[in-house]
Amino acid sequence: MIVRELELDLDAFEGPFDLLLTLVLKEELDLAEVDVAGIVLGFVERLAERDELDLEACGEFLVLVAALLELKARGLFPDEEAELADLEPEEAAEELARRLAEYRRMKEAAAWLAERLVGERDRFFRLGPAPLAPEPERRLAAQDPEALAGALRLLATAPPTVSLAHMELRFPPVAQFLERFRALLRRRATFDFDHELAGMSRREQAVAFLALLELRRANQITINQAAPFAPIRVSRQERDLTNERTPAWNLRSA
Amino acid sequence: MEPPLRLVVANPLDRLARTIEALLVVASAPLSVEELCAAAEEDAERVETALRLLSERYGEGRTGIVLEQVAGGWAFRASRDAAEACARLFERPVQRGVSQAGMETLAIVAYLGPCTRPEIARIRGVAADSAVAGLVERGLIAEAGRADGAEGGAVRYRTTPLFERVFGLESLSQLPRLEDLGDDADQIRERLHAVAEQRTA
Repeated sequence: MIVRELELDLDAFEGPFDLLLTLVLKEELDLAEVDVAGIVLGFVERLAERDELDLEACGEFLVLVAALLELKARGLFPDEEAELADLEPEEAAEELARRLAEYRRMKEAAAWLAERLVGERDRFFRLGPAPLAPEPERRLAAQDPEALAGALRLLATAPPTVSLAHMELRFPPVAQFLERFRALLRRRATFDFDHELAGMSRREQAVAFLALLELRRANQITINQAAPFAPIRVSRQERDLTNERTPAWNLRSA
Repeated sequence: MEPPLRLVVANPLDRLARTIEALLVVASAPLSVEELCAAAEEDAERVETALRLLSERYGEGRTGIVLEQVAGGWAFRASRDAAEACARLFERPVQRGVSQAGMETLAIVAYLGPCTRPEIARIRGVAADSAVAGLVERGLIAEAGRADGAEGGAVRYRTTPLFERVFGLESLSQLPRLEDLGDDADQIRERLHAVAEQRTA
Protein backbone atom coordinates (compact mmCIF):
# COMPACT_ATOMS: atom_id res chain seq x y z
CA MET A 1 0.00 0.00 0.00
CA ILE A 2 1.30 3.44 -0.86
CA VAL A 3 0.60 5.82 2.00
CA ARG A 4 0.89 8.92 -0.14
CA GLU A 5 -1.90 7.74 -2.38
CA LEU A 6 -4.30 7.23 0.51
CA GLU A 7 -7.59 8.84 -0.57
CA LEU A 8 -9.00 11.14 2.11
CA ASP A 9 -12.51 12.45 2.50
CA LEU A 10 -12.44 15.05 5.28
CA ASP A 11 -14.49 18.16 5.97
CA ALA A 12 -11.63 20.44 5.03
CA PHE A 13 -10.01 18.34 2.33
CA GLU A 14 -10.79 15.68 -0.20
CA GLY A 15 -8.07 13.96 -2.21
CA PRO A 16 -4.86 11.98 -1.86
CA PHE A 17 -2.73 12.24 1.27
CA ASP A 18 0.36 13.59 -0.51
CA LEU A 19 -1.67 16.48 -1.95
CA LEU A 20 -2.80 17.31 1.58
CA LEU A 21 0.82 17.31 2.75
CA THR A 22 1.85 19.51 -0.16
CA LEU A 23 -0.94 21.99 0.51
CA VAL A 24 -0.11 22.10 4.21
CA LEU A 25 3.60 22.64 3.57
CA LYS A 26 2.83 25.39 1.07
CA GLU A 27 0.52 26.87 3.70
CA GLU A 28 -2.37 26.83 1.26
CA LEU A 29 -4.40 24.70 3.65
CA ASP A 30 -4.73 25.60 7.30
CA LEU A 31 -3.74 22.54 9.25
CA ALA A 32 -5.95 23.70 12.09
CA GLU A 33 -8.92 22.94 9.83
CA VAL A 34 -7.79 19.38 9.20
CA ASP A 35 -9.19 16.55 11.25
CA VAL A 36 -6.09 14.41 11.77
CA ALA A 37 -8.10 11.71 13.50
CA GLY A 38 -10.08 11.42 10.26
CA ILE A 39 -6.86 10.71 8.37
CA VAL A 40 -5.86 8.00 10.84
CA LEU A 41 -9.31 6.48 10.57
CA GLY A 42 -9.07 6.45 6.79
CA PHE A 43 -5.72 4.72 6.95
CA VAL A 44 -6.85 2.13 9.46
CA GLU A 45 -9.91 1.36 7.38
CA ARG A 46 -7.78 0.87 4.31
CA LEU A 47 -5.45 -1.35 6.32
CA ALA A 48 -8.39 -3.44 7.53
CA GLU A 49 -9.64 -3.91 3.97
CA ARG A 50 -6.33 -5.40 2.91
CA ASP A 51 -6.27 -7.86 5.75
CA GLU A 52 -2.49 -8.00 6.01
CA LEU A 53 -0.09 -5.95 8.10
CA ASP A 54 1.99 -3.73 5.82
CA LEU A 55 4.71 -2.71 8.26
CA GLU A 56 6.46 -0.42 5.85
CA ALA A 57 3.30 1.52 5.09
CA CYS A 58 2.44 1.71 8.80
CA GLY A 59 5.87 3.07 9.60
CA GLU A 60 5.71 5.70 6.91
CA PHE A 61 2.22 6.67 7.93
CA LEU A 62 3.19 6.99 11.59
CA VAL A 63 6.06 9.31 10.76
CA LEU A 64 3.91 11.50 8.50
CA VAL A 65 0.99 11.70 10.88
CA ALA A 66 3.23 12.40 13.86
CA ALA A 67 4.80 15.28 11.93
CA LEU A 68 1.35 16.57 11.00
CA LEU A 69 0.19 16.37 14.60
CA GLU A 70 3.22 18.23 15.87
CA LEU A 71 2.75 20.96 13.27
CA LYS A 72 -0.89 21.22 14.16
CA ALA A 73 -0.26 21.33 17.88
CA ARG A 74 2.27 24.11 17.42
CA GLY A 75 -0.17 26.00 15.25
CA LEU A 76 -3.04 25.67 17.69
CA PHE A 77 -1.26 26.67 20.85
CA PRO A 78 1.45 29.07 19.81
CA ASP A 79 1.64 30.87 23.12
CA GLU A 80 0.81 28.03 25.41
CA GLU A 81 3.67 25.85 24.39
CA ALA A 82 5.97 27.81 26.65
CA GLU A 83 3.26 28.09 29.27
CA LEU A 84 2.83 24.32 29.47
CA ALA A 85 6.57 23.67 29.31
CA ASP A 86 7.04 25.75 32.46
CA LEU A 87 4.73 23.49 34.39
CA GLU A 88 5.83 20.52 36.41
CA PRO A 89 4.81 17.24 34.76
CA GLU A 90 2.24 16.83 37.50
CA GLU A 91 0.71 20.22 36.82
CA ALA A 92 0.89 19.81 33.05
CA ALA A 93 -0.98 16.53 33.34
CA GLU A 94 -3.58 18.23 35.51
CA GLU A 95 -3.98 21.03 32.96
CA LEU A 96 -4.27 18.56 30.08
CA ALA A 97 -6.77 16.48 32.03
CA ARG A 98 -8.80 19.60 32.67
CA ARG A 99 -8.88 20.43 28.98
CA LEU A 100 -9.63 16.89 27.89
CA ALA A 101 -12.44 16.69 30.42
CA GLU A 102 -13.82 19.99 29.16
CA TYR A 103 -13.81 18.70 25.60
CA ARG A 104 -15.28 15.37 26.71
CA ARG A 105 -18.18 17.18 28.34
CA MET A 106 -18.79 19.22 25.19
CA LYS A 107 -18.68 16.07 23.11
CA GLU A 108 -21.33 14.53 25.32
CA ALA A 109 -23.38 17.71 25.20
CA ALA A 110 -23.17 17.48 21.41
CA ALA A 111 -24.38 13.89 21.56
CA TRP A 112 -27.27 14.98 23.76
CA LEU A 113 -28.18 17.72 21.29
CA ALA A 114 -27.95 15.32 18.35
CA GLU A 115 -30.28 12.91 20.10
CA ARG A 116 -32.64 15.72 20.98
CA LEU A 117 -32.69 16.91 17.37
CA VAL A 118 -33.77 13.46 16.22
CA GLY A 119 -36.44 13.31 18.94
CA GLU A 120 -37.79 16.71 17.93
CA ARG A 121 -37.71 16.11 14.21
CA ASP A 122 -41.50 16.26 13.99
CA ARG A 123 -41.68 19.83 15.21
CA PHE A 124 -43.21 22.12 12.64
CA PHE A 125 -43.80 25.75 13.41
CA ARG A 126 -44.20 29.02 11.66
CA LEU A 127 -41.06 30.91 10.89
CA GLY A 128 -40.72 34.43 9.71
CA PRO A 129 -38.77 37.59 9.98
CA ALA A 130 -38.83 39.31 13.35
CA PRO A 131 -42.34 40.71 13.71
CA LEU A 132 -43.40 43.08 16.45
CA ALA A 133 -43.77 46.77 16.96
CA PRO A 134 -44.03 49.11 14.00
CA GLU A 135 -40.79 50.89 13.25
CA PRO A 136 -40.47 54.16 15.09
CA GLU A 137 -41.28 57.03 12.78
CA ARG A 138 -38.17 58.65 11.38
CA ARG A 139 -38.12 62.32 12.07
CA LEU A 140 -36.18 64.68 9.87
CA ALA A 141 -34.93 67.97 11.17
CA ALA A 142 -36.37 71.06 9.48
CA GLN A 143 -34.86 71.34 6.03
CA ASP A 144 -33.91 74.40 4.01
CA PRO A 145 -35.40 74.20 0.49
CA GLU A 146 -32.54 76.40 -0.69
CA ALA A 147 -30.11 73.54 0.12
CA LEU A 148 -32.06 71.25 -2.21
CA ALA A 149 -32.04 73.90 -4.92
CA GLY A 150 -28.29 74.31 -4.44
CA ALA A 151 -27.73 70.56 -4.83
CA LEU A 152 -29.82 70.57 -8.02
CA ARG A 153 -27.97 73.57 -9.40
CA LEU A 154 -24.72 71.69 -8.99
CA LEU A 155 -26.15 68.83 -11.04
CA ALA A 156 -27.55 71.20 -13.66
CA THR A 157 -24.19 72.73 -14.62
CA ALA A 158 -22.70 71.22 -17.74
CA PRO A 159 -19.63 69.14 -16.92
CA PRO A 160 -16.29 70.45 -18.27
CA THR A 161 -15.37 69.13 -21.71
CA VAL A 162 -12.91 66.31 -21.52
CA SER A 163 -9.77 66.91 -23.53
CA LEU A 164 -9.16 64.30 -26.20
CA ALA A 165 -5.86 65.85 -27.25
CA HIS A 166 -3.83 62.90 -26.09
CA MET A 167 -5.80 60.60 -28.37
CA GLU A 168 -4.71 62.44 -31.51
CA LEU A 169 -1.17 61.11 -31.57
CA ARG A 170 -0.70 59.83 -35.07
CA PHE A 171 2.22 57.73 -36.08
CA PRO A 172 3.49 57.50 -39.64
CA PRO A 173 3.31 53.88 -40.80
CA VAL A 174 6.46 51.82 -40.35
CA ALA A 175 6.04 50.66 -43.96
CA GLN A 176 6.79 54.17 -45.14
CA PHE A 177 10.27 54.05 -43.60
CA LEU A 178 10.84 50.46 -44.69
CA GLU A 179 10.27 51.54 -48.27
CA ARG A 180 12.45 54.57 -47.86
CA PHE A 181 15.40 52.67 -46.35
CA ARG A 182 15.13 49.88 -48.91
CA ALA A 183 15.16 52.41 -51.75
CA LEU A 184 18.18 54.06 -50.15
CA LEU A 185 20.02 50.75 -49.88
CA ARG A 186 19.33 49.91 -53.51
CA ARG A 187 21.22 53.04 -54.42
CA ARG A 188 23.92 52.92 -51.71
CA ALA A 189 25.51 50.04 -49.84
CA THR A 190 25.52 51.96 -46.59
CA PHE A 191 24.02 55.06 -45.00
CA ASP A 192 24.13 57.02 -41.81
CA PHE A 193 20.93 56.62 -39.81
CA ASP A 194 21.17 59.86 -37.85
CA HIS A 195 21.90 61.76 -41.01
CA GLU A 196 18.80 60.38 -42.75
CA LEU A 197 16.63 61.36 -39.79
CA ALA A 198 17.82 64.91 -39.57
CA GLY A 199 14.95 67.35 -39.28
CA MET A 200 12.33 64.72 -38.42
CA SER A 201 10.03 64.91 -35.40
CA ARG A 202 10.71 62.76 -32.37
CA ARG A 203 7.75 60.58 -33.25
CA GLU A 204 8.95 60.02 -36.80
CA GLN A 205 12.41 59.18 -35.53
CA ALA A 206 10.95 56.55 -33.23
CA VAL A 207 9.01 54.92 -36.06
CA ALA A 208 12.08 55.08 -38.29
CA PHE A 209 14.02 53.18 -35.63
CA LEU A 210 11.31 50.53 -35.54
CA ALA A 211 11.64 50.19 -39.32
CA LEU A 212 15.39 49.75 -38.84
CA LEU A 213 14.82 46.95 -36.33
CA GLU A 214 12.33 45.35 -38.68
CA LEU A 215 14.88 45.33 -41.52
CA ARG A 216 17.45 43.83 -39.21
CA ARG A 217 15.04 41.15 -38.16
CA ALA A 218 14.42 40.28 -41.80
CA ASN A 219 18.20 40.01 -42.11
CA GLN A 220 18.33 42.61 -44.85
CA ILE A 221 20.75 44.99 -43.16
CA THR A 222 23.58 45.06 -40.67
CA ILE A 223 23.78 47.78 -38.07
CA ASN A 224 26.96 49.18 -36.58
CA GLN A 225 27.53 51.65 -33.83
CA ALA A 226 31.05 52.33 -32.63
CA ALA A 227 30.05 53.40 -29.16
CA PRO A 228 26.87 54.29 -27.26
CA PHE A 229 25.33 57.41 -28.78
CA ALA A 230 27.76 57.29 -31.69
CA PRO A 231 26.24 57.58 -35.19
CA ILE A 232 24.47 54.43 -36.39
CA ARG A 233 25.77 53.01 -39.65
CA VAL A 234 23.38 50.90 -41.70
CA SER A 235 24.75 48.61 -44.43
CA ARG A 236 23.06 46.40 -46.95
CA GLN A 237 23.22 42.70 -46.20
CA GLU A 238 24.86 41.28 -49.27
CA ARG A 239 22.20 38.98 -50.57
CA ASP A 240 19.25 38.96 -52.89
CA LEU A 241 17.27 42.04 -52.08
CA THR A 242 14.48 41.20 -54.52
CA ASN A 243 13.42 38.27 -52.40
CA GLU A 244 12.12 40.46 -49.62
CA ARG A 245 9.56 39.37 -47.19
CA THR A 246 6.66 41.64 -46.60
CA PRO A 247 7.17 43.13 -43.15
CA ALA A 248 5.32 41.06 -40.66
CA TRP A 249 3.76 43.96 -38.90
CA ASN A 250 3.04 47.64 -39.14
CA LEU A 251 2.69 49.96 -36.29
CA ARG A 252 -0.94 50.82 -36.37
CA SER A 253 -1.78 54.50 -36.44
CA ALA A 254 -3.29 55.34 -33.14
CA MET B 1 -57.71 14.11 35.37
CA GLU B 2 -59.63 17.35 35.57
CA PRO B 3 -62.16 18.03 32.85
CA PRO B 4 -60.93 20.68 30.40
CA LEU B 5 -61.91 24.21 31.32
CA ARG B 6 -64.90 25.41 29.38
CA LEU B 7 -64.54 28.73 27.67
CA VAL B 8 -67.56 30.80 28.53
CA VAL B 9 -68.08 33.74 26.24
CA ALA B 10 -69.13 36.14 28.95
CA ASN B 11 -66.02 35.40 31.02
CA PRO B 12 -63.53 38.31 30.81
CA LEU B 13 -60.67 35.80 31.13
CA ASP B 14 -62.03 34.12 28.04
CA ARG B 15 -61.91 37.42 26.17
CA LEU B 16 -58.26 37.76 27.13
CA ALA B 17 -57.59 34.17 26.06
CA ARG B 18 -59.07 34.91 22.66
CA THR B 19 -56.91 37.99 22.30
CA ILE B 20 -53.81 35.99 23.19
CA GLU B 21 -54.84 33.27 20.78
CA ALA B 22 -55.11 35.89 18.04
CA LEU B 23 -51.74 37.42 18.88
CA LEU B 24 -50.06 34.02 18.80
CA VAL B 25 -51.61 33.17 15.44
CA VAL B 26 -50.24 36.34 13.92
CA ALA B 27 -46.79 36.03 15.51
CA SER B 28 -44.01 34.30 13.57
CA ALA B 29 -41.79 33.90 16.64
CA PRO B 30 -42.59 33.03 20.26
CA LEU B 31 -44.13 35.88 22.25
CA SER B 32 -43.02 36.51 25.80
CA VAL B 33 -45.48 37.13 28.58
CA GLU B 34 -44.31 40.76 28.65
CA GLU B 35 -45.08 41.17 24.97
CA LEU B 36 -48.50 39.60 25.43
CA CYS B 37 -49.20 41.88 28.39
CA ALA B 38 -48.26 44.95 26.40
CA ALA B 39 -50.37 43.98 23.40
CA ALA B 40 -53.42 42.89 25.42
CA GLU B 41 -53.03 45.70 27.95
CA GLU B 42 -53.37 43.27 30.83
CA ASP B 43 -51.24 42.36 33.81
CA ALA B 44 -48.92 39.39 33.82
CA GLU B 45 -50.89 37.36 36.30
CA ARG B 46 -54.06 37.40 34.20
CA VAL B 47 -52.15 36.74 31.00
CA GLU B 48 -50.49 33.72 32.60
CA THR B 49 -53.84 32.42 33.76
CA ALA B 50 -55.21 32.80 30.25
CA LEU B 51 -52.13 31.03 28.86
CA ARG B 52 -52.70 28.09 31.20
CA LEU B 53 -56.28 27.95 29.96
CA LEU B 54 -55.07 27.95 26.38
CA SER B 55 -52.31 25.38 26.86
CA GLU B 56 -54.92 23.06 28.26
CA ARG B 57 -57.10 23.63 25.25
CA TYR B 58 -54.25 23.33 22.76
CA GLY B 59 -52.56 20.34 24.37
CA GLU B 60 -50.81 17.72 22.27
CA GLY B 61 -53.40 15.35 20.79
CA ARG B 62 -56.38 17.66 21.25
CA THR B 63 -56.22 19.75 18.11
CA GLY B 64 -53.91 20.07 15.12
CA ILE B 65 -52.36 23.08 16.83
CA VAL B 66 -50.30 22.82 20.01
CA LEU B 67 -49.50 25.73 22.29
CA GLU B 68 -46.07 25.40 23.84
CA GLN B 69 -43.64 27.33 25.95
CA VAL B 70 -40.46 27.58 23.94
CA ALA B 71 -37.45 29.87 23.46
CA GLY B 72 -38.47 32.14 26.30
CA GLY B 73 -42.01 32.67 25.10
CA TRP B 74 -45.22 31.09 23.90
CA ALA B 75 -45.90 29.86 20.39
CA PHE B 76 -48.16 27.64 18.36
CA ARG B 77 -46.76 24.70 16.48
CA ALA B 78 -48.23 21.81 14.51
CA SER B 79 -49.22 18.74 16.48
CA ARG B 80 -46.89 15.81 16.12
CA ASP B 81 -49.65 13.74 14.50
CA ALA B 82 -49.53 16.11 11.57
CA ALA B 83 -45.73 16.02 11.19
CA GLU B 84 -45.74 13.71 8.19
CA ALA B 85 -48.24 15.83 6.30
CA CYS B 86 -46.29 18.96 7.22
CA ALA B 87 -43.07 17.37 6.00
CA ARG B 88 -44.61 16.78 2.59
CA LEU B 89 -45.30 20.48 2.17
CA PHE B 90 -42.73 22.28 4.32
CA GLU B 91 -39.07 22.03 5.07
CA ARG B 92 -37.89 22.13 8.64
CA PRO B 93 -35.36 24.83 9.53
CA VAL B 94 -32.72 22.16 10.12
CA GLN B 95 -33.73 19.64 7.51
CA ARG B 96 -30.31 18.23 6.79
CA GLY B 97 -28.46 16.80 9.76
CA VAL B 98 -25.83 18.85 11.53
CA SER B 99 -22.30 17.38 11.29
CA GLN B 100 -20.42 16.15 14.34
CA ALA B 101 -18.19 19.24 14.19
CA GLY B 102 -21.31 21.40 13.97
CA MET B 103 -22.92 19.71 16.97
CA GLU B 104 -19.82 20.11 19.12
CA THR B 105 -19.55 23.75 18.15
CA LEU B 106 -23.23 24.24 18.85
CA ALA B 107 -22.85 22.61 22.27
CA ILE B 108 -19.92 24.86 23.14
CA VAL B 109 -21.79 28.00 22.07
CA ALA B 110 -24.94 26.87 23.92
CA TYR B 111 -23.09 26.18 27.18
CA LEU B 112 -20.31 28.74 27.14
CA GLY B 113 -21.71 31.42 24.82
CA PRO B 114 -21.31 34.13 23.98
CA CYS B 115 -17.90 32.86 22.92
CA THR B 116 -15.44 33.49 20.11
CA ARG B 117 -14.09 31.18 17.43
CA PRO B 118 -10.63 30.99 19.05
CA GLU B 119 -12.31 29.88 22.28
CA ILE B 120 -14.23 27.18 20.42
CA ALA B 121 -11.06 26.07 18.63
CA ARG B 122 -9.25 25.84 21.97
CA ILE B 123 -11.76 23.40 23.32
CA ARG B 124 -12.24 21.33 20.18
CA GLY B 125 -8.59 21.33 19.08
CA VAL B 126 -9.70 22.11 15.53
CA ALA B 127 -10.39 25.48 13.98
CA ALA B 128 -14.09 26.19 14.13
CA ASP B 129 -14.44 28.59 11.20
CA SER B 130 -16.40 26.40 8.83
CA ALA B 131 -18.54 24.88 11.58
CA VAL B 132 -19.41 28.34 12.91
CA ALA B 133 -20.20 29.62 9.42
CA GLY B 134 -22.50 26.65 8.81
CA LEU B 135 -24.38 27.20 12.07
CA VAL B 136 -24.75 30.92 11.39
CA GLU B 137 -26.13 30.13 7.95
CA ARG B 138 -28.69 27.78 9.48
CA GLY B 139 -29.65 30.49 11.94
CA LEU B 140 -28.81 28.35 14.99
CA ILE B 141 -26.17 30.76 16.26
CA ALA B 142 -25.69 34.47 15.68
CA GLU B 143 -23.15 37.15 16.34
CA ALA B 144 -23.38 38.73 19.77
CA GLY B 145 -20.96 41.63 19.81
CA ARG B 146 -17.20 41.44 20.09
CA ALA B 147 -14.90 40.19 22.80
CA ASP B 148 -12.86 42.94 24.39
CA GLY B 149 -9.10 43.16 24.25
CA ALA B 150 -7.43 39.81 24.76
CA GLU B 151 -8.97 37.98 21.80
CA GLY B 152 -8.31 40.94 19.54
CA GLY B 153 -11.95 41.93 19.44
CA ALA B 154 -13.03 38.63 17.89
CA VAL B 155 -16.73 38.21 17.14
CA ARG B 156 -18.64 36.37 19.85
CA TYR B 157 -21.48 33.98 19.12
CA ARG B 158 -24.55 32.86 21.02
CA THR B 159 -27.41 30.54 20.20
CA THR B 160 -30.57 32.00 18.68
CA PRO B 161 -34.23 31.58 19.67
CA LEU B 162 -34.48 29.39 16.56
CA PHE B 163 -32.01 27.00 18.17
CA GLU B 164 -34.27 26.66 21.19
CA ARG B 165 -37.31 26.18 18.99
CA VAL B 166 -35.72 23.55 16.78
CA PHE B 167 -34.50 21.63 19.82
CA GLY B 168 -37.76 22.20 21.70
CA LEU B 169 -36.14 23.99 24.62
CA GLU B 170 -37.99 26.43 26.84
CA SER B 171 -34.65 28.10 27.53
CA LEU B 172 -30.96 27.19 27.67
CA SER B 173 -31.42 26.22 31.30
CA GLN B 174 -33.18 23.09 30.05
CA LEU B 175 -29.88 21.74 28.74
CA PRO B 176 -28.43 18.96 30.91
CA ARG B 177 -26.06 20.26 33.58
CA LEU B 178 -22.47 20.36 32.36
CA GLU B 179 -21.29 18.73 35.60
CA ASP B 180 -23.39 15.68 34.79
CA LEU B 181 -21.68 15.18 31.45
CA GLY B 182 -18.34 13.48 30.77
CA ASP B 183 -18.08 11.66 34.10
CA ASP B 184 -14.97 9.75 33.00
CA ALA B 185 -12.82 12.85 33.57
CA ASP B 186 -11.20 11.24 36.60
CA GLN B 187 -10.19 8.26 34.55
CA ILE B 188 -8.45 10.55 32.05
CA ARG B 189 -6.75 12.37 34.89
CA GLU B 190 -5.41 9.16 36.39
CA ARG B 191 -4.02 8.02 33.06
CA LEU B 192 -2.29 11.32 32.46
CA HIS B 193 -0.79 11.31 35.94
CA ALA B 194 0.56 7.84 35.30
CA VAL B 195 2.23 9.13 32.13
CA ALA B 196 3.62 12.12 33.99
CA GLU B 197 5.14 9.89 36.66
CA GLN B 198 6.77 7.70 34.06
CA ARG B 199 8.39 10.73 32.49
CA THR B 200 9.79 12.02 35.75
CA ALA B 201 11.00 8.57 36.79
